Amino acid sequence: MKRIRLLDIAHARSGDKGDTANVGLIALKPEYYPILVKHVTAARVARHFKGMISGPVERYELPNLHALNFLLHGALDGGGTISLKTDAQGKVFSTALLRLEVAVPSAVPT
Amino acid sequence: MKARPATVRIAAGQGFWGDWLEAPYRQVTGGPVDYLMMDYLAEVTMSILQKQKSRDPSLGYARDFIPLMERILPTVAQRGIKITANAGGVNPQACAQAVAEVARRLRLGGKLRIGVVTGDDLLGRLDGLLARGHELRNLDTGRPLSDVRDRVLSANAYLGAWPVVDALRGGADVVVTGRVTDTGLTLAPLIHAFGWRPDAWDLLAAGTVAGHTIECGAQCSGGNCLVDWERIPDLANVGYPIVDAAPDGTFEIVKHPGSGGRISVAGVTEQLVYEMGNPVEYITPDCVADFTTIRLEQRGKDRVRVSGVKGRPATDKLKVSVAYFYGYKAVGTLVYAWPDAYKKAQAADRILRQRLADLGLKFEAVLTEFVGADATHGPLARAAARLDELPEVQLRIGVRSPDKPAVERFTREIAPLILNGPPSVTGFAGGRPKPEEVVAYWPALLDKRMVEPCVEVVEV
Repeated sequence: MKRIRLLDIAHARSGDKGDTANVGLIALKPEYYPILVKHVTAARVARHFKGMISGPVERYELPNLHALNFLLHGALDGGGTISLKTDAQGKVFSTALLRLEVAVPSAVPT
Repeated sequence: MKARPATVRIAAGQGFWGDWLEAPYRQVTGGPVDYLMMDYLAEVTMSILQKQKSRDPSLGYARDFIPLMERILPTVAQRGIKITANAGGVNPQACAQAVAEVARRLRLGGKLRIGVVTGDDLLGRLDGLLARGHELRNLDTGRPLSDVRDRVLSANAYLGAWPVVDALRGGADVVVTGRVTDTGLTLAPLIHAFGWRPDAWDLLAAGTVAGHTIECGAQCSGGNCLVDWERIPDLANVGYPIVDAAPDGTFEIVKHPGSGGRISVAGVTEQLVYEMGNPVEYITPDCVADFTTIRLEQRGKDRVRVSGVKGRPATDKLKVSVAYFYGYKAVGTLVYAWPDAYKKAQAADRILRQRLADLGLKFEAVLTEFVGADATHGPLARAAARLDELPEVQLRIGVRSPDKPAVERFTREIAPLILNGPPSVTGFAGGRPKPEEVVAYWPALLDKRMVEPCVEVVEV
């Protein structure tokens, strides 16, 4: 087994809906998608963002786009205009998620 | 009846109010397009426009739309390009009038028809709706609108593509709307050009996906794209996207030859998941699109084909966006330099917070960020970076309160820290921060039957 960062196997874009940030996590190659599905669970993402979000995490699968969509509730200090955060619109939760490390078989080429 | 075209090309000109002013001009001059779509309205834009209208009844629309139209109308008229834009804000009539004046000045009188879509504005009808039992509960919190009724600044229903279709059918060359959905501005030309039926759910969903793909402008053609970002060519001349659509609902995302940027499956995918909720049900006034049915294929350089989109019937509700006065906020910043930049900024934050407490100031929220250390990635960044060696850190502290004097007093507590706090501090050239009014957003649903879109087409 080896540990890799999601940055090595995925890309992402994030945005906002009210106080919820969404992160679309996209496999860089179709063969990486099952790794994302297996390892990047809602619970794992909630642990990753501990201290940064106040609500639950939801996960949706888009196998057609080799992508997962995460909703991070309570991520934006009230969101939109209310928020005092630099990232009031959740634009860079995307790369924050790509910091997450997962353990994959050494045979996985990255 | 005119023959249906084999394909229709819809160009994105603005992805938000404040987007690149060169883009619409380049879209209409850089190659063949049939329609130019421009999205101006974000969630809180309507309240800003409402404020402008309350000061001057002739305002309340995206004002920079007018000089832009002055620049592109001659080309648009000459080439027969039609425009859909929700630049009308809370005063589409005044916006249309301003466009008409420009058109007459350009000697386009008798050659141009302007469509106006209204009926989205619920502000004057709010009490009636509430009295009839439409509670307009907040979709996030579940609270009824009566909680904040006395602070409401604007209230608009999101209209879909159909009123825009009606304007196009009425011969409009330029359609100016109030709160029409971003996707509706692209879907409407497709419905109009191809004669799609109101219950052709797969086609309407395909057009909705097309709209979502280009509604943020260059964000699907190389802008803000993480994959291989350093090798995306010539972003200085980035080409904004064009939907090249067929009557069967398939379409390609392309851009004008010679423009910069890149249209790739990776970039289009990033845009598809942008601001996504449950991908199985992307709900618009026109249909429910299923984003898990979308198939993408790289068809050539800067050419991505989109197919397979499935849709379901629209719901019987419309989304309503209400803006209401929330309170005040202010954000102050100071920059601390090496050595110990991060520790100095932290110390300054502690001192400032103690002073605010000693003054007895109450805030709903006080938020500190250390830009250069943790402002964007929070504890994840702190765990990964060597914080003791940072060359500089910006202390960024914000407060929010219903109490304006408290926020004003806060703004006077930043500058003193330069001389009476931790050392090696700079970056205060901008002066004292200003308290800002906070206008908050209240999303709700309303029975569709309560909203009657209104369409007019007038000759210039």
